[in-house]
Formats: sequence, structure tokens, C-alpha cells
Amino acid sequence: MHALRGVDLQIAEGSYVAIMGPSGSGKSTMLNILGCLDRPTEGQYFLGGDDVAQMEDDILSNVRGKRIGFIFQSYNLIPQLTVIENIQVPLIYQSYDLKEYMGRAIELARMVGLEERLDHRPNQLSGGQQQRVAIARSLINDPLMILADEPTGNLDSKTGLEVLDLIDKLNADGKTIVLVTHDPKVGDRAQRVIHMKDGKIDRDITNR
Amino acid sequence: MNQYQLISTIKLGVKSLMLHKLRSILTMLGIIFGVCSVIAMLAIGEGAAYEAQEDIKKLGSNNIILRSVKPPEDANNQNNSRGGFAISYGLTFADSSRILASIPGVNRVLPKRIIRENARFSSNYVPVQVIGTYPFYPEMSGAEVIAGRFLSVPDERFKQNVCVLSSGLAQQLFPYQNPLEHAIKVGENYYRVVGVLREKNMADQRPQSGKMEGEPLDNNIYMPLSTATTRFGKTIVRRTSGSMQAETVELHEITIQMLEDDAVLTADQQIRWMLKNKHEKMDYEMIVPLQLLMQARKTQQMFNIVLGSIAAISLIVGGIGIMNIMLATVTERTREIGVRRALGAKRRDITTQFLVETVVLSIGGGVIGVLVGITVPFFVTYFADMKTIVTFWSVLVAFGISGFIGILFGIYPANRAASLDPIDALRHE
Repeated sequence: MHALRGVDLQIAEGSYVAIMGPSGSGKSTMLNILGCLDRPTEGQYFLGGDDVAQMEDDILSNVRGKRIGFIFQSYNLIPQLTVIENIQVPLIYQSYDLKEYMGRAIELARMVGLEERLDHRPNQLSGGQQQRVAIARSLINDPLMILADEPTGNLDSKTGLEVLDLIDKLNADGKTIVLVTHDPKVGDRAQRVIHMKDGKIDRDITNR
Repeated sequence: MNQYQLISTIKLGVKSLMLHKLRSILTMLGIIFGVCSVIAMLAIGEGAAYEAQEDIKKLGSNNIILRSVKPPEDANNQNNSRGGFAISYGLTFADSSRILASIPGVNRVLPKRIIRENARFSSNYVPVQVIGTYPFYPEMSGAEVIAGRFLSVPDERFKQNVCVLSSGLAQQLFPYQNPLEHAIKVGENYYRVVGVLREKNMADQRPQSGKMEGEPLDNNIYMPLSTATTRFGKTIVRRTSGSMQAETVELHEITIQMLEDDAVLTADQQIRWMLKNKHEKMDYEMIVPLQLLMQARKTQQMFNIVLGSIAAISLIVGGIGIMNIMLATVTERTREIGVRRALGAKRRDITTQFLVETVVLSIGGGVIGVLVGITVPFFVTYFADMKTIVTFWSVLVAFGISGFIGILFGIYPANRAASLDPIDALRHE
């Protein structure tokens, strides 16, 4: 039993792709492989020109840190850190000097509208604000691709829209976005929607 | 892992621990008690041993002390019909000169005669012990001349009727006067006081135990050995409740000073052989302070090992407590671990993070434990009146062990955290 089978997919730089499908369709596995959290048992995965499919754990960690920005459904901020520290977490693991990148971190916080709350902790923020911190965090290392896993799943529709607008803006600025959702309204925002079923790509629709 | 990362990891560790202050403090308690008990117990042990060793050292570690002892057979004879006859025992001048002449490495030999008498000045009447000895007595015993002078070589040669008082006795005989140049009566004769001596300690002034019980130890009159021998005679007669006892003892004590500490142990054997050949009865005893000192050190070593093991066990228990909490923490923070892995943390980074946290806990506990451990002996000294010594190495060892425990018991939880699969960890609720 394989969660994914015979998937052949190419995502162009700068595109906005939504992956949709019922639970058990393999979209989570797809996301894990795209995010270099999991390795395919067979096949190849080229990310920015390198085959990362069978890389070692340590190198994969580096690839994740440098080339991929994650946005999760439940935000996944680190509770003991402040907003600005949360944004800086990926820098630590790339051995970057936090002081040198402080300006960039603050700029990202401003972009997501949280420059007033740099010293707040996640439990002092609303869900929408937390998700915006997560977006800023995903951008700090200037990744090739942003992977968003149900980014609006825990948000009410109004804040959800705000977050989606922010993601649209990132795409408009040239970032590659891959977004997993089961909400057709969310999927409609993408240029391209991939429907998955039983571990295979069922339909691949390009909007507009 | 550069220095900057390490600092930020430590900061993060402290932050994570501060998030659960009560839990962190309770976890540290085990280490605190462990470290504290190591330091406090060793301080008390060290203090007790120090006092014992100081007492022995005052006897002089390069000295061998011989004392005359009344042999047990003679004690029996005395109860028979022969009571009233003079009994003769103990060390002799011949022993003294023989030791000086034939034992290698001997620096000086100090013989002593100790006679119980009464001393009088005007209306003050005090029981004393007369000690006949050589002029270099103060140098060998560490006593200090606080007024006048000690006995001189001419005093000894010409059997002068001069004496030196111990400070305690001087106060009793001369409460309002300067004792120097006054004549006091000891037994049948008068002696001119030429000096006052302060004893270093009284322990080695105790003559033969049991005979002078209840006697103030500090009431000493020093006079030249030649004077003491001539004036009081070799045979000392004591009248007790109607019966008469006579003892002939040439010397009550001989202190042999060796040139070096190392010579003591070989000389000890040689003197033993020599005396065995010359004395039919065991009418002397031999005290070797260096041997006593070595024994005391051995005892202390064992004491330290026992204390150390108990303390080590308590530290291990503390360490297990830390491990337990860290395992719970790892489970609790599985999600955080998953997030960090997704954001680029290697397994090594996760290991370091949790290991640092454990070490911060145990070192923090160690620091508090050291502080408490240093104050506890102070209170023990204050309330229980026991000498305590906090040694630097006990602090170092206790602190080092606490750090070591932190690493030892931190490795397993940290590895467990690092080995989590990032996907499972992210999914963890």
C-alpha cells in the first residue's frame, strides 16, 4: 500500500498551486515529500535543480531551512519565544547572525502588520495574528517555495481572508506558493488546482 | 555549533525552564540537596578530622615520645606484704643518652622528670607538677616565654634553684604581683622565678594518665633537670592515708626529636628494639604522633569515602528526577520539536537544545546547592559548636558531579527528542 503512486508533477517558479482532495487521498504525503519532511521510497524530486529525494537527514534539514517556508494549520509558533524571536528561529539553524538579520525580521513583521507586537508571546496574540507571525517566519530565509498546510483551517472566515490576501501578495511578489486545502473557495485563488484521489493526481486544472 | 548559537541555546533553555518555574525548581531540589549534603558532610568530616590531626600535630610529627608506665606486675606486688618498699621502674638517663648516641637521624632528646608537689608563695598554696627538663624545652614543645626567660644552660650545669612558671600557675600564685625574681617554696626548698611560659597546648603535659586525675594541667613549674633530680631525689615518697609509697623513677618522659619526618618510622622500630633489650618489663610506652596522624588520615579517608558514596547516591537520585522530568518535557514538547525540525533544525540541534536544558537545570541546582552547602556548616559550627571546614575541592567535586549528572541523565531524553520523526512530531497533539 503506497500513499502516493505514479505522481508526475512540475511546479514552475513563481506559480501558485493548490492541492485539494478528500482525506486519505495522499495530499498530506504529497506535502511531506514536497516539504522534504519525508523521502519517497522510489522516484526523484528536484527542488531548485537538486535531486533531494534520497538525501541524508542532516542535509534535508538544511534544504528545509534554506529553501522551504512552512505555514501550518495550527500556526505552530514556539510558545516560550516572542514574536520577533519566532520569526528568527529558521536563522538560528542556518548559523546566521541574528543581529545582522534583525532589520529583515522587523521588516517582515511590519509587512504582516505586527511591528507593534514584537515582544508579545504567541498566547497574547489572536489566531490571525499568530498565523501572520508564521508567514513572516516562513519568509525569513527567503525560500524557493512556501508550503501552506490548511493555513485558514483554524481561522474564522474574515481573518482567513486576510491571511489569504497576504499569501496572494507574496505570490504577486514572485514567491512560489503550494497550498493544501479542502476548501474550494481557498483553492479558487490559486492559478492551478491539483485534485488528488487514491494517491494519484485526479485532475490538474489551471485557472484563468 | 558556534559560540553564538551556544549562547542562544542556553538562553532558550533558561526561557523554556522559566515557563514552568515551580516544576523546574522542584526538579532542581534533588540536585540541590545532593550537592548541599556533599559539601556539608565533607565540611563536618573535614572539621572533625582537622581537630584530631591538630591535636596530634601539636605533639610534633617528627617526635617520638616515650613515657614511663608502672608495670602491672608491680602493681600486684604492692598489694602484697612488700608494700612500703620502693619500687623502681621506668625510663633512665642511660636510655636517653643511648638513644641520642646510637639512633641515626636523632636531632635532640628531651628528658623530663615530673614530680607532684605543692608550691607556696606568701599565703597562696597551689598543688603543682614540677617538670625537670632541659633549656631547649620551649623550642621543642612550641611553648612561648611571655615574661623573663626560660632556663639556661648554666642553670642546668650548676643546678641553680631557679624555676619558670606556666602562665596559669603564675596567676594563681601571684594574682597581684609580677612573679619575676620572687622566690617560691616548692616542697622543702625555695626557687627563684625567672620566667613565665605559655603552653601551646596542655595535652602533652598530661603526665601518666590516671595518676594525676583532677589535677589542673596548667599548674607547671619548670626547673633544670639537674636541680629537680638533686632536690627531689630519684625516689619519690608519697604518703597516702597512713601508708607509704615510694617510687624510683629516673625519667618520666623522653621526647625524641628526629631531623626529618621520614626518619620517624625507621627510628621507631630501632628504639623499640633497643628498649626491649634493656627493659625486662614493659615499664614504658611509646607514642609516635606521625603514626597516629597517618591512622587519623586513613580513618578520615574512609569516612570521606562513606560520606562521598551516600552523597553520590543522593546526586544520582536527583539525576533520575531530572531525567524523569526531561522525558515528560520531551513528550510535552513533541510538537515544538517537529516545528523546529521543519524549520531546519538537525537532529544534533535538538539534542543540544534538550541537553543544554538539562545541564542548566543541574548546574543551576548545583550553584544553589553550593551556596546552601557553604552556609549549612556555618550554622552547624554556630549551633552545635563543631569545627567545620569547607574545602575548595569538595565544592569543586560537588559542582562537577552535578554538571556530570546533568549530561549523563540528559543524554537519553535529548536523544529521544532528536530521534522523533518530524512528521509524527508535527502531527502530535
